[in-house]
Amino acid sequence: MSAVADKYPVFQELGVDVYSVSVDSQFVHKIWNDNELSKMVEGGVPFPMISDAGGNLGKVYGVYDEKAGVDLRGRFIIDPDGVIQGMEVLTPPVGRNVEETIRQIKAFQLVRETKGKEVTPSGWQPGKTTLKPGPDLVGNVWKFWKPRDNK
Amino acid sequence: MEEKEIGCARPTGALVGEPEPAPEEKAGPAKKEVQGMTVMVGRKAPDFEAPVYHKGKFGSVKLSDSLGKWVVLCFYPGDFTFV
Repeated sequence: MSAVADKYPVFQELGVDVYSVSVDSQFVHKIWNDNELSKMVEGGVPFPMISDAGGNLGKVYGVYDEKAGVDLRGRFIIDPDGVIQGMEVLTPPVGRNVEETIRQIKAFQLVRETKGKEVTPSGWQPGKTTLKPGPDLVGNVWKFWKPRDNK
Repeated sequence: MEEKEIGCARPTGALVGEPEPAPEEKAGPAKKEVQGMTVMVGRKAPDFEAPVYHKGKFGSVKLSDSLGKWVVLCFYPGDFTFV
């Protein structure tokens, strides 16, 4: 979670509210923040840390592991209309790539700003080629974009 | 965040807009509240209100309070885990 906290200024710039969720109580969140995370990220965790006692939220979001009694590493990108645009779930031993979350948010924001007139090809980064879906693009993507263009 | 007084009872989060299940439903094996709430990309994120710790204070947040903004919701297995 410190990795997400570290990138919080970027999320703020993009106008993103961040929430972390685990089954731990608010009290444990406080002690974890005060005793460990605040030593990894200056100022500690800047976003609300949700307590999901009983896994009530995790169950609805499909990330609660009944056997282990914990919420798995699920990450959801939700747009300003409250619609889920992206989701990723990992088993506990592998951490997320926060940069990839940020890249996806930038891509979803561009698609939203252009009302879907521009879409982002695989691995798109800001400033790189976007595609404009339409009859002329059918069979012609190769004229506009190749996988190597991202490199 | 709405700041809240904290007591000894451990507060829990709940879905918003879902009726409390009737007692007889609680006893049943199927959880009715979860049905029809399939989480999928392109569908509405289930709204909830849940207790939080935020910058030295205890309170609660409601997902729908973030409507109009982008949201990243990050679940993780537990505090004091290593990854």
